[in-house]
Amino acid sequence: MHVAGTSSNRNQRKLWHFHGGLHLPDHKSMSMQRPPVEAAHDDLLVIPLQQHIGEPPEVLVKPGDKVLKGQMLARANAYVSAPVHASSSGTVVAIDEQPVPHPSGLSATCITIETDGQDKWDDCLPAPIRDYKNCTASELLERIHWAGIVGLGGATFPSRVKLNPGANKPIDTLVVNAAECEPYITCDDALIQSHAQEILQGIDIVMHILSAKLCLIGIEDNKQDAIAAIQQALSEHESDNIELVVIPTIYPSGGEKQLIKILTGKEIPGNSLPADIGIVCHNVATLFAVNNAVSKGHPLISRMVTITGEGISKPQNMIVPNGTLISSLIEQAGGYNNNVNELIMGGPMMGYALSSDTLPVSKGTNCILVTQKDNAVQNIPTPCIRCGKCAEVCPALLLPQQLYWYARARDLDKVQDFNLFDCIECGCCAHVCPSHIPLVQYYRFAKTEIWAREEEKRKSDIARQRHEFRDARLARIKAEKQAKLRKKKEVLEKKKAADVDPKKAAIEAAMKRAAEKKQKLQEEGKIPANTENLTAAQQRQIDEANKRRENSES
Amino acid sequence: MKFATSTSPHTFQTDSVQKVMLEVLLALVPGIIAMTWYFGWGILVNIAISVTVAVASEALFIKLRKRHALPVVSDLSAVVTGVLLALALPPLLPWWITAIGAAFAIIIVKQLYGGIGYNPFNPAMAAYALLLVSWPTHMTSWLPPSVLNTIPLDFGQVLNIIFTGTMPAGLSWDTISSATPLDEMFTRLDMNQMIEEIRQSPLWGDFGGKGWEWVNNWYLLGGLYLLFRKVISWHIPISIIGSLLLLSGLAYMIDPAVHPFPAFHIFTGGVMLGAFFIATDPVSASTTKKGQLIFGASIGTLIFIIRNWGGYPDAVAFAVLLMNMAAPTIDYYTKPRVFGEVKDASDD
Amino acid sequence: MITAILTITALAVLFGLLLGYSAIRFHVEGDPIVDQIDSLLPQTQCGQCGYAGCRPYAEAMAQGEAKINKCPPGGEVTMIALADLLGQDPVALEDEEAAEKPKSVAYIVEEECIGCTLCIQACPVDAILGAAKSMHTVIIDECTGCELCLPPCPVECIHMHPLEDHISNWRWPYPEQEAPPIAAGSN
Repeated sequence: MHVAGTSSNRNQRKLWHFHGGLHLPDHKSMSMQRPPVEAAHDDLLVIPLQQHIGEPPEVLVKPGDKVLKGQMLARANAYVSAPVHASSSGTVVAIDEQPVPHPSGLSATCITIETDGQDKWDDCLPAPIRDYKNCTASELLERIHWAGIVGLGGATFPSRVKLNPGANKPIDTLVVNAAECEPYITCDDALIQSHAQEILQGIDIVMHILSAKLCLIGIEDNKQDAIAAIQQALSEHESDNIELVVIPTIYPSGGEKQLIKILTGKEIPGNSLPADIGIVCHNVATLFAVNNAVSKGHPLISRMVTITGEGISKPQNMIVPNGTLISSLIEQAGGYNNNVNELIMGGPMMGYALSSDTLPVSKGTNCILVTQKDNAVQNIPTPCIRCGKCAEVCPALLLPQQLYWYARARDLDKVQDFNLFDCIECGCCAHVCPSHIPLVQYYRFAKTEIWAREEEKRKSDIARQRHEFRDARLARIKAEKQAKLRKKKEVLEKKKAADVDPKKAAIEAAMKRAAEKKQKLQEEGKIPANTENLTAAQQRQIDEANKRRENSES
Repeated sequence: MKFATSTSPHTFQTDSVQKVMLEVLLALVPGIIAMTWYFGWGILVNIAISVTVAVASEALFIKLRKRHALPVVSDLSAVVTGVLLALALPPLLPWWITAIGAAFAIIIVKQLYGGIGYNPFNPAMAAYALLLVSWPTHMTSWLPPSVLNTIPLDFGQVLNIIFTGTMPAGLSWDTISSATPLDEMFTRLDMNQMIEEIRQSPLWGDFGGKGWEWVNNWYLLGGLYLLFRKVISWHIPISIIGSLLLLSGLAYMIDPAVHPFPAFHIFTGGVMLGAFFIATDPVSASTTKKGQLIFGASIGTLIFIIRNWGGYPDAVAFAVLLMNMAAPTIDYYTKPRVFGEVKDASDD
Repeated sequence: MITAILTITALAVLFGLLLGYSAIRFHVEGDPIVDQIDSLLPQTQCGQCGYAGCRPYAEAMAQGEAKINKCPPGGEVTMIALADLLGQDPVALEDEEAAEKPKSVAYIVEEECIGCTLCIQACPVDAILGAAKSMHTVIIDECTGCELCLPPCPVECIHMHPLEDHISNWRWPYPEQEAPPIAAGSN
């Protein structure tokens, strides 16, 4: 399928399409009317410790410490983890549980910094790497890891893990995700228009790390200005293995698997990664951050965020320091309009609603959307009429209806038979449902229930092992005790039956002989005198003794 | 500032069940007009009785379930059921039979199974089957279409017959009723008459029963409107009509003397109504696309079989009900390929 | 009539032989039922079912001596799974309140601990670390919340703390159903 593009379009690649998807009104022009600005620095920055998938980092500072911009506040010790840096200079006032943007509304550990207004950079930052081509992949990955770079498309997976698929998975294609398919969101569009060259440099660095041969930049055709910016930058750029591919605008073409299908025709099954077929996919903002880290030595401390929606007075894009409160951004964007309905972090299809605006922006925040009340749309769910519209639009080729029935019945085994975990939660099914059933919520419920159940099973298996081991240990101790006791008893009994003390035996034998002799003499009537039957020597001794006695008496 | 929260997605299409039902009712209007033109006021009276009883029984039942009746009834699904049932009934059917049918359809076939979305059987067809089996003589006493009708009845007389059962003076059932073309065709075939002979009867039009063929045309028009508005997908109607045409075509080629021309089958009786409006009821039909093709093809086959060798003249109701039973199994065996899944074992 | 009786008898014998042959020829070696039952139980080893641990309870159920509704830590989910496995009807849990208690772990107040090791001996999964006249402490990850350590402690320094919800173990709630029933008294 060839895409009709402008004549200056270099795109002649064959494109594929994925099943389903929706054509949604994109609402993007409202936030592109004003050029992106740097958000004004706030008094308070609340930086969550966990802004990524993986292990939380270890805190390095304590309340009262003075920190500089770009200083590492928490160090990542595990492999799948990322550090956190200060986004401005100031003093750490608290390290405690603060409300963070999360659908649960729960709090998490955050480092709160009171800024001093000077925005002074840390002077111990690593040096910029001018010639990345002479660096090894692991050196560059270390730099990316130090900078705390995570996937800025929203998933926040630590980039150094994604860029290190291992020696057994050679990568030949880097797919750059500039699709930005969700309505209202324009942060990638704005970033490309203002920093196209740096994004291309970021692409070069990542291609070097991966030893990839080809880069495909996938961008939707509703971003003509961004397309022009990239084409301009490409014409000035040296390498010739970067190709700009314009794809038709359809939601969710920005989904990693969907984009790869469009650009290469290959489908990645649910339990595989793109790296398995030699592809790595990264968002443009992530590549921009990679360039910042390598070429300038700056960690990831700010990002482009779209503040938009009918409920915002002046929708626009802003470059926001990490940890800025949403309320401050909205104020800078002209404040709320009337009749505000919801505050959503993310886009209208996949974002989640927040209960308050005094929450901080983090690395994964790409959009703050404020909607207005729409009285035309009723959200009360009615029963499913099995119309099948949901299956017609599902980009993962699932049967949302069946998933709904089984998730609703809490039949967690059957729901996995229908490939629940292949669901990318894009929301297309719930969008078209004539009964307004919150389908995605059922799937999310089923997924977390299944994970919780697996965790419980794992724990109960361990508990069973420990219990069995304990039983075995006690039984072993008992058996040993009994064996010892038995042995002692045996020895004791052996002693009683075996030979008695030899000395004793000799004395008794002698006494026996004497008694017999005595009896014999008594029977013969003789009193035994021991002066009879003397030997000659004995007689002589007696005579001498007598002589001596006589001599002494006289 | 605090906000209320809901889950994603946060934007919806403005579709609703009510809108879908309204489209269906709109698409039925041409067919209703045609039926009324050919068979008189009785059709409209039946529709009125059927819809009233259907809506009332639904409201009553919802109240018994301790829920608010208005939101449920306002999705208009009871109205559609009532209309579809009434269109299948003979024009002069006594009102109490119509009422029983409508009440049965809503209360037993739909609400007792859990309400809309939960019924395994099509309510209108199940009610039709009940009435047909319980009151066969009443249910097979049709009027001749107006083009052939020598004794037209006016509105007052129709009301009289329906509600009190008394005939106008000088008339009796025998004089005014007539068999349907289907009835006629298959009874005579059973009596070993040839097609040529049977077609001599004035009952026949160009390619179906006189009058009936036009009714079916209008239903077809309504069905095409639904396809155009994407309310239904083409899979079920095309597979029903296609399989019926195929089988009757084969039979016709084998022996034209005893098998009617294929167009006869699809333009007589309830095939168009069934293909576009009844079998496409999403709740009781198959949901996967491949499954829908199998579902439709089986209905077409069953219609052909029952018409030729079954006891009742019109087979659409029974064919649909039989396939409703099989729909979950068809769904299970026609699960589509998931993204990334490869069917060949050779790929990895 | 005689032919009828003979025919039916012959058919019965034939099918009986067929079934018997199939039972032997197509016999499937399965897990012994006790192991299957035990794998469904939560392994808390608390004894609230009245048996000395999960395995004895599983054995009792396999013998048919115990009912399936005696396990509060397992809750309704376990009872339904057991009903499924054993082909029985689900029964309401014996002790509903105990089943709805939030998951807790034991906590030893260190200032009060006297180092008597009585709790260590009581713990069925060896989740308490310590030695005679040394500090005792509960390993939270291994504690199943069975509460068997509470009675033996002579200074009553062990308390149960409910596990708090954390972002990492938070679960999406079950979506609300369609319009709720009309509450009594409302219009």
